[in-house]
Amino acid sequence: MSALDSAFLSRLHAAAPGGVIDDPAERLTYESDALVHLRATPGAVVLPASAAEVQAVVRLCHERGVPFIARGHGTGLSGGALPHPDGVLIGLARLNRILDVDVPNLRVTVEPGVTNLDITRRVAPFGCYYAPDPSSQSVCSIGGNIAENSGGAHCLKYGFTVHHVLSVEAVLPDGTLTTIGSSALDAPGLDLLGVLVGSEGTLAVVTKAALRILRRPEAVLTLLAGFPSIDAAGDAVSAIIGHGIIPAAVEMMDRLTIDAAEASVQPNFPKTSAVLIVELDGPQSEVDDLFVTVERVCRQAGAETVEIARDQGQRERIWKGRKAAFAAMGRVSPNYYVQDGVVPRTRLSEVLRRIRDLEARSGLRIGNVFHAGDGNLHPLICYDEAIPGQAQHAEAVASEILQYCIDAGGAITGEHGVGADKKSYMSKMFADADLDTMQLVRCAFDPANLCNPGKVFPTPRLCGEVPGPYRQHPVERAGLGERF
Amino acid sequence: MDANEQTPFATLAPLEPLMDKCVHCGFCLPTCPSYLLLGKEMDSPRGRIYTMRAGMEGRVDMSAPVVAHFDTCLGCMACETACPSGVKYAPLIEETRAAIEAHHPRPLGARLFRQLLFAVLPYHRRLRVLGAPLGLARALRALLPARLQRLIDLAPRATLSDLRITTAELTPARGEQRLKVGLLTGCVQRAFFGSVNEATVRVLAAEGCTVHAPRAQGCCGALALHAGEPDTARRFARALITVFEREGIDAIAVNAAGCGSSMKEYGHLLRDDPAFAERATRFASKVKDVTEILTTLPARVARKPMPLRIAYHDACHLGHAQGVRRQPRELLQSIPGVTLLPVAESDICCGSAGIFNLVQPEMSDALGARKAAYLAETGPDMVVTSNPGCILQIQAAAARAGTPLVVRHIVEVLDEATRGM
Repeated sequence: MSALDSAFLSRLHAAAPGGVIDDPAERLTYESDALVHLRATPGAVVLPASAAEVQAVVRLCHERGVPFIARGHGTGLSGGALPHPDGVLIGLARLNRILDVDVPNLRVTVEPGVTNLDITRRVAPFGCYYAPDPSSQSVCSIGGNIAENSGGAHCLKYGFTVHHVLSVEAVLPDGTLTTIGSSALDAPGLDLLGVLVGSEGTLAVVTKAALRILRRPEAVLTLLAGFPSIDAAGDAVSAIIGHGIIPAAVEMMDRLTIDAAEASVQPNFPKTSAVLIVELDGPQSEVDDLFVTVERVCRQAGAETVEIARDQGQRERIWKGRKAAFAAMGRVSPNYYVQDGVVPRTRLSEVLRRIRDLEARSGLRIGNVFHAGDGNLHPLICYDEAIPGQAQHAEAVASEILQYCIDAGGAITGEHGVGADKKSYMSKMFADADLDTMQLVRCAFDPANLCNPGKVFPTPRLCGEVPGPYRQHPVERAGLGERF
Repeated sequence: MDANEQTPFATLAPLEPLMDKCVHCGFCLPTCPSYLLLGKEMDSPRGRIYTMRAGMEGRVDMSAPVVAHFDTCLGCMACETACPSGVKYAPLIEETRAAIEAHHPRPLGARLFRQLLFAVLPYHRRLRVLGAPLGLARALRALLPARLQRLIDLAPRATLSDLRITTAELTPARGEQRLKVGLLTGCVQRAFFGSVNEATVRVLAAEGCTVHAPRAQGCCGALALHAGEPDTARRFARALITVFEREGIDAIAVNAAGCGSSMKEYGHLLRDDPAFAERATRFASKVKDVTEILTTLPARVARKPMPLRIAYHDACHLGHAQGVRRQPRELLQSIPGVTLLPVAESDICCGSAGIFNLVQPEMSDALGARKAAYLAETGPDMVVTSNPGCILQIQAAAARAGTPLVVRHIVEVLDEATRGM
């Protein structure tokens, strides 16, 4: 029988008064995050209004052996917040307060449901901003950013979320409320913060975070260049970095994604085979000086058009085109699958050539958007769910692309996380001993395997990790057998 | 598809391609007022579209909790602005609301209250008859049920002279005629904001428009359409089209954002009516917000200086539904001395939203308070907007918060700047 009997539910109501969603029709809307092909209706959804309520809910789950999964605003692309049918989904949307803004110390303290962009909006009047900027920054939550160690276009120069978190308050899987990290830039003792950030919700539920904010650079210059081929654009990227320049961002889009963005937000990109967005920031004189080099390098690499954003409006238009690119695929294809892989920058052209061959062979259109500076690819595989078998075909194509990344010495995810989607690839990237080491840490935090189970790790090797399907086998439910 | 035929959501089936456009990215969430307040997936556009599809597929019933989450939608269309995939939410929510009103029995009190609203609001004469005894009703307020108390609290404190204003049927252009314009005088606008209609006529005439404001016109049907009563809306639409066809005009000026957005969609509303489909499309193509008309006519009359710090509030049905944001700002900035102030959360609804403030008072008040606070924090001399509902809502919310704001319709400001020039 289901773990969520009426006694459990009534205690859940007591733990988070007014925050429990148990109506079946209402729970249905929480079936998936932004990775829609993985779905499971949660046993219950709870929307706590305070850290104390989160703690009460986790304590109850721990006591009753019920799995629990934290969810922000449901924008993840790896099924990291995929619910458990017999578990509790802890939605953190109501913990959305900015608790403290400390400009002199360049620090903010926020609850996990605050969106990434809200932090920048709040500190902008003080000439500050929050640096990590995933494309979904207007909606994705800080809690989710911490879980996934989110990056964004500007992480080439400024690093990932982990470089911007000072401390977190979190509820451990046994219900302990603890603070990890400190207000100092590097806390003494074990670096548990580094362990927690990017753990994809498998170690704790974050209830508060202290984050670094940065001063806005004096100058920002953005260049948009159109190239006759992806290879030419790739050459330009290598040459820019070869000149010792670390741009704030280097982004590349191919023709299919340019067209989609154009249909969606009309950024007025050139109609070339590829565009490159290069952004430099820093002191005015430095930016001006380096910009000359960047522009020359682009032209030498064969740029057909070079547009320089002279004001904030132009800059925003260019970035809007880039950031809307994923979701804009809905304009050119009924469904799409966003892949996320990493290759060493020097192998970009080779991997992209393999993807183009695959496109021709598979009959599915593949758009490419990527953070070219750090070799983070985002192939967008277009398909139509209404055509039988095409969704599976798209998945197979996406999986083949990941193999190319591994072959080239890269990684199976740059920033979207492993979640439920890519756990089977983990063993392709890591040796058993590597995975066991991760499991040791995981088991130390969550020996009962209740905190976001079935994510990240591929096989049940230690402490009873249950992989694959998200429902217990009927034989197990009846108590007639167990997995080994 | 047996399940589809049985479900009360079956009428959504033709709109499935619109739902298919939703890729579940969630970009709509932070711009949705109900998600902002309630934090529930079901109260977001993404969640509602998910529920519509589940309803259509027979996975969920039209139960009271399901209906409640459609009732919390303000119809502000901020989600359409935010959507990178181009989902058209307006037809989806309108069709869903029609299905709910057709199949879902509401409690008697709610039903009677809705009937009362629809029996009064769209009829300017009935509104006007009610306008005079409003003073008496206010005196007796404490004796009335809560819903009616609220209706009275929100009703504008129109003076008797406001109630007497009747817009002239024909106002000639000053100087050489540039356009022949029809004016929608509206229902609430006509009864309680006669001065706004007067100002609209004066500004248009001063800029060379001959203004036809036929007295026979009635409600545009927007209130009914947004509340799930499309048949009533179609009846109003046919009547309005017929009245304006007689006038042979170039454009139809609208000074109420909610009316304008519905009238621009008449082609869709009457698409299955052979006698009206084509006429409705032609009519819709002529509908313009008054600020759209004024910005296409290079100013003929000089604006006198008005040293004002103005916080402009985008009415959702002008900004989100019609995409008209630049024009009102341009017009305000054409007045020497005006400073436009940036307002936080300017893309979020004030909570007025047609009859929303009457049927969902708690949420409406919370949104009103939020809006009033953000407007007040800019320290404006005046808040300017372009919709009668927003004016009432913001005034009421600011007064409740103890930070009264002067709220004016944009044409009143333009009228003052062009008068006597």
